[in-house]
Amino acid sequence: MRDAQRHPQPYVRLEGVSKSYGTGPNRLQVLDGVDLDLRRGETTSLVGRSGSGKSTLISLIAGLMRPDAGRIHIGGRQTDELGEADRARLRAERIGVVLQSDNLVPFLTAVENVELAMGFGAGRRSLRRARELLSELGLGDRTDHLPRQLSGGEAQRVAVAVALANEPDLLLADEIVGQLDSSTTAHVTELVFAASRDRDVAVLYVTHDEQLARQAQHWLRLADRQVVPA
Amino acid sequence: MDASIRLESVVVEHATPGGPVRALDGVSFTVDAGSSVAVTGPSGCGKSTLLGVLGGLALPTTGAVRVGGEEISSLSDRRRSDFRRTHVGFVYQADNLLPFLTVVENVELQFALDGASTAVDRSLDLLDKLGLADQAQRLPDHLSGGQRQRVAVARAVVHRPEVILADEPTGALDGANAAGVIDLLLEVQREIGATLVMVTHDLGAASRMDRRIGLRDGRVT
Repeated sequence: MRDAQRHPQPYVRLEGVSKSYGTGPNRLQVLDGVDLDLRRGETTSLVGRSGSGKSTLISLIAGLMRPDAGRIHIGGRQTDELGEADRARLRAERIGVVLQSDNLVPFLTAVENVELAMGFGAGRRSLRRARELLSELGLGDRTDHLPRQLSGGEAQRVAVAVALANEPDLLLADEIVGQLDSSTTAHVTELVFAASRDRDVAVLYVTHDEQLARQAQHWLRLADRQVVPA
Repeated sequence: MDASIRLESVVVEHATPGGPVRALDGVSFTVDAGSSVAVTGPSGCGKSTLLGVLGGLALPTTGAVRVGGEEISSLSDRRRSDFRRTHVGFVYQADNLLPFLTVVENVELQFALDGASTAVDRSLDLLDKLGLADQAQRLPDHLSGGQRQRVAVARAVVHRPEVILADEPTGALDGANAAGVIDLLLEVQREIGATLVMVTHDLGAASRMDRRIGLRDGRVT
């Protein structure tokens, strides 16, 4: 059994977070007073129909945008008060993000993509670590392929490796298996959930697929602009 | 580097359950340094395989690929990958910009693994020249399709490659945006003196190149 007290403080805490787009009659309220806790070493799924605001929530946690109201704490820092550059640094150093597509630089090989995410100037050491990480994810024979030479499932596994490259505390996965067949979907999902166990990462797994969502430890739903237990 | 391209009897075979299939079947041609060429042909004619061997991504089964004086088809993996990163710029149909990096950060990626200290300045300079300066700090999601592809072109040429390889660069754009991206490609190609090879279905785009090479069933027509 996992020690439930290992991380008593949540790594991510959202309090009363609201977000809308547009102004006047075109104003669209997407999130309205969202509360959410994510802990390291634990997996949380978030389901919701398309357009329900799941990607907005991911973007807020990743610091790509700021909420209109409410507070976002990540690793003890209140990120909604940080400037763009500080949020970008926090994202690069502490957060791994995997999206449905466009995760990889198209003119770099798999191992170069991972090396890139490990940061600059680490030289030979990063190359060896990048190869090791790809091998751990079952891609040891794909390290020197370009993204377009990989299958969809292989590309998404490389994307997971890229997201884990900097040993993040938080992994955000946004509909990452939308274009994959079912056995590949299971494999990629398992890699993401294994990261919480093996690497002590807080995982938020966003999907519209209820069955996949059930594989996480905590089940949440985004409906009517709020996050509720699923 | 003199960036003429020379293919000599290039054959590329892929293993399939039904036996080897020839994606390229004895392709020979030369492209003069600093010129532009369109490669056209039906789906499956070998166009993308051709770009693969030109960019040093794939090796010919037999035959030789020379860029400048260098026979890239006989380089080691490491040297071929250095060659690709230093001397080649790629543009694809989808812009492939990373959505969580700003426009200028996406352009800087071209230098990322080599750690050039001037990466930011060179990227901002180029975006400025291409009329994209006011987009530099925005995220790709906030740009139109045409603007995103212009950024992708900027990223492909910011390191001043001798060879630009474009794979259906206008395939996802409407007519006006497509023409704009071709204008931009030709403008930057002339400016840096690169050799441009563009695979395309778009005959309008093909007619803008200096020359056209047709491919069918892995052979030059």
